[in-house]
Amino acid sequence: MKVRKLAAALLALAICALPLAGCGGTGAQGVEVEPGYDYERFADAGITLNVYNWGEYISDGTDGESMDVNAEFEALTGIKVNYTTFDTNEAMYAKLKSGGASYDVIIPSDYMIGKMASEDMLAPLDFANIPNFELIGEEYKNQAYDPDNLYSVPYTWGYVGIIYNTTMVDDVVDSWDILWDEKYAGDVLMFDNSRDAFAIALKRMGESMNPTTTSQIDHAAVELSAQRRVVQAYVMDQIFDKMEGGEAALAPYYAGDAITMIEENPDLAFAVPKEGTNYFVDAMCVPAGSANKEAAEMYINFMCETAVAVENCLAIGYSTPQVRAEVALPDDVKNNPIAYPPVEVLDNTETFTVLSDELNAYMDKAWSDMRAAPQ
Amino acid sequence: MAKALKRVYVVLLFSFLYVPIAVMIAFSFNQSKSRTVWAGFTLDWYKQLFRNSAVLQALALSVVLALVSALIATVLGTMAAVGINRMRRRARSVVMNISYIPIVNPEIITGVSLMLLFVVAKTALSSIGGGWLAAGLLGIPSLLVAHITFNLPYVLFNVGPKLRQMDTNLYDAALDLGCNQRQAFFKVVLPEIMPAVFSSFLICLTYSIDDFTISYFTAGNQQTLPIAIFAMTRRRVSPEINALSAIIFMVILCIILVANYREDAGERKRRRNKRR
Amino acid sequence: MRTRRKGIAAPYLIWMVVFTVLPLLLVIYFAFTDKQGHPTMANLYSLGSYTNVFVLSLVLAVVATVLCLVIAYPISFMLSRLRAGRQGIALMLVMLPMWMNFLLRTYAWMSLLERNGLINRFLGLFGIGPFEMINTAGAVVLGMVYNYLPYMILPLYTAMLKIDSSIIEAAEDLGAGTWHKLWKILLPLSKPGIQTGITMVFVPAVSTFIISKMLGGGNFWLLGDLIESQFLGNAYNYNLGSAISLVLMVVVLLIMGFTGGFGQEDIEGVI
Repeated sequence: MKVRKLAAALLALAICALPLAGCGGTGAQGVEVEPGYDYERFADAGITLNVYNWGEYISDGTDGESMDVNAEFEALTGIKVNYTTFDTNEAMYAKLKSGGASYDVIIPSDYMIGKMASEDMLAPLDFANIPNFELIGEEYKNQAYDPDNLYSVPYTWGYVGIIYNTTMVDDVVDSWDILWDEKYAGDVLMFDNSRDAFAIALKRMGESMNPTTTSQIDHAAVELSAQRRVVQAYVMDQIFDKMEGGEAALAPYYAGDAITMIEENPDLAFAVPKEGTNYFVDAMCVPAGSANKEAAEMYINFMCETAVAVENCLAIGYSTPQVRAEVALPDDVKNNPIAYPPVEVLDNTETFTVLSDELNAYMDKAWSDMRAAPQ
Repeated sequence: MAKALKRVYVVLLFSFLYVPIAVMIAFSFNQSKSRTVWAGFTLDWYKQLFRNSAVLQALALSVVLALVSALIATVLGTMAAVGINRMRRRARSVVMNISYIPIVNPEIITGVSLMLLFVVAKTALSSIGGGWLAAGLLGIPSLLVAHITFNLPYVLFNVGPKLRQMDTNLYDAALDLGCNQRQAFFKVVLPEIMPAVFSSFLICLTYSIDDFTISYFTAGNQQTLPIAIFAMTRRRVSPEINALSAIIFMVILCIILVANYREDAGERKRRRNKRR
Repeated sequence: MRTRRKGIAAPYLIWMVVFTVLPLLLVIYFAFTDKQGHPTMANLYSLGSYTNVFVLSLVLAVVATVLCLVIAYPISFMLSRLRAGRQGIALMLVMLPMWMNFLLRTYAWMSLLERNGLINRFLGLFGIGPFEMINTAGAVVLGMVYNYLPYMILPLYTAMLKIDSSIIEAAEDLGAGTWHKLWKILLPLSKPGIQTGITMVFVPAVSTFIISKMLGGGNFWLLGDLIESQFLGNAYNYNLGSAISLVLMVVVLLIMGFTGGFGQEDIEGVI
């Protein structure tokens, strides 16, 4: 296969030329920041920050109009950002726990922050480097997962509900039961991560989403196993395409993403089941052992800048805990009942707590057993 | 009848091979984001692709990684081929069997086994105080090691046969004529096997640029191009990915056509020379 | 000269021992220990609950391999009988899709197979369908066949190149029918290619985790998915992951023993 060999050489050369062609401009426009903070103190230090975030969870400017937040940060500070994404809290945890990768900034959810903090995987933050922490609403601070607020700065908050296609669903969507309804067999998408999936099964049974016994987990696993017959696919962010494209009728997902999907496909709607649901906060942390902790704190501070928080909110649809950003949002976003729901919705929610190691391992095992079991 | 059947089979086979790619390329020019409804022609997705810093960074990493790992693998592998050629049969077969491991093993096992090694090494390093070394281990260093590892055997299997074909008397003659060993190697042996060495380098380049599975487990906090593509397919999908496919396909196609033409020309030239 | 300068292979040998043999030993070590590092058989015993994953992986991989063989056999033969000048181009056309990154190739099928995908839209023009194609076992097999078909064609073609057309013509002259020709002449003579092809398709098919993720919608966990979930996913259990990997290696070795693996010549043929 001589052809292949020569082909490879030329391909490599051609590909080498591509990045050079692409280095034209980063598209940084300059962003308005709070006065008095020295963003340029690492400009010449040659630092690369490794940021690990959820997929679809930042304004990245790919649509050509919105802000490329990472590029702005790089332009402002001279620090390079190596930005990669994860699918689930658990996958992120696996990568950090094993030592399989080092990161400087991560954005896990509440219960995972609690778990990681208890395992000494997070570095206590120096809030002197994060003055914008003041702009975070008091109700989002000192939460159960981080009671003394040592490790985390809230990035977004939200809750879980059911997103459904009104052209395909003619029943009233007000209960988790509909995700088990045979009528919609093959039309249901389900969370591809253990904690969210178990939460739904537990809530549906009228129990807390924070199980205290293994038998509760067993019961929920039976329910999830029974659900497999109606589930078309287990997904995380693939849900965007599938729901927007009318590939499925019903799926549980995060409210912020529901807003984004409804923007793309007006046939979609969002409902919160009467059994109650999960309220969550995703917050920015610095893993223990980060080599660039102060620069990481600078990144966190930058993410809390009002202009940046607004751009992120607009891009990802999630609700912001940054008070000035919330005020600065356009009216249609601010008054969107999905993003900022009435009190009675939020009253009927529960937050994840840190499960004991035994229960956590038990749940993860039950989950992978359920998924691997014959259909 | 048989002929018609044959034609149907060939048409079906080639449709099977090419329709998915053709569709992808066609929709890279689609105005709407839809992957199934045509809304008009645009080049916007190509523009977006070249603004997508994640893809460009991943591409740059993949290229550098491929060049460096291919270079190291080619040098080490060629040295090994020369050394192994001089071993006794028993020793040679042991070495060959070890060399088969990465080729025969499923990629996922090569990936996880290397990941285990790096994780264990990282833990060991930090416990003996090499924390700064440990912190950077998983990432570019581990990727480099992994790529060299899966490339090495291909160099050996490519250069080895060339060496065996070579007339050993040439080397001995060079020594007799007053070359030292080093000179004999560089002046006599290396030119003889150079085509195989060069083609090994190119093979390594392709394998390295194309690898997903092994990199996925050993990449640490880095993203090679295939990993970035994987991340793209896991998210809300943008036709940028179609544009990327189209570019890759076109680059490959052009190269192959050029290569084929050159080979044909070379072939004709050889034949002409023979006739003379 | 034979005995001198063997040492030049030393860096390679050290490299291979440290980065291929040692990691495999680590897999074995992790498979037989628990999280605290104490020796245990629990990981292997617990594999019993994943029997169906093993079965599903084997079944899908076997089906894909057989399909590849059936689809690849005629085209390989046709290629090998073409005029020398045309063979290069024809072979290139068959192999061209393989040069595209396999994630992109698999992704291409997603948009074809979806409920509102192009195939269903096309069939809908004739009032047929829509069919549920994506997120089925069939889609996973299709992905395997599409991705690994060239691995079957190449060794078959290489083996058939060596079959002299005059042997086939002689058989025809002696009155052999099409089937007779196939069973008694072609198959025996192309056997090395078949064996290599089976190995080269089966091994990646039985260990894939991407194809099942992308085309199976997470409904069909294969061995690869199980391993991935232990190392980088939800389950996070290196020891169990190592145990599954170990068994997968044994499966692969058994298959290779069965097909005779592939010789050095085949490897050179492919690259």
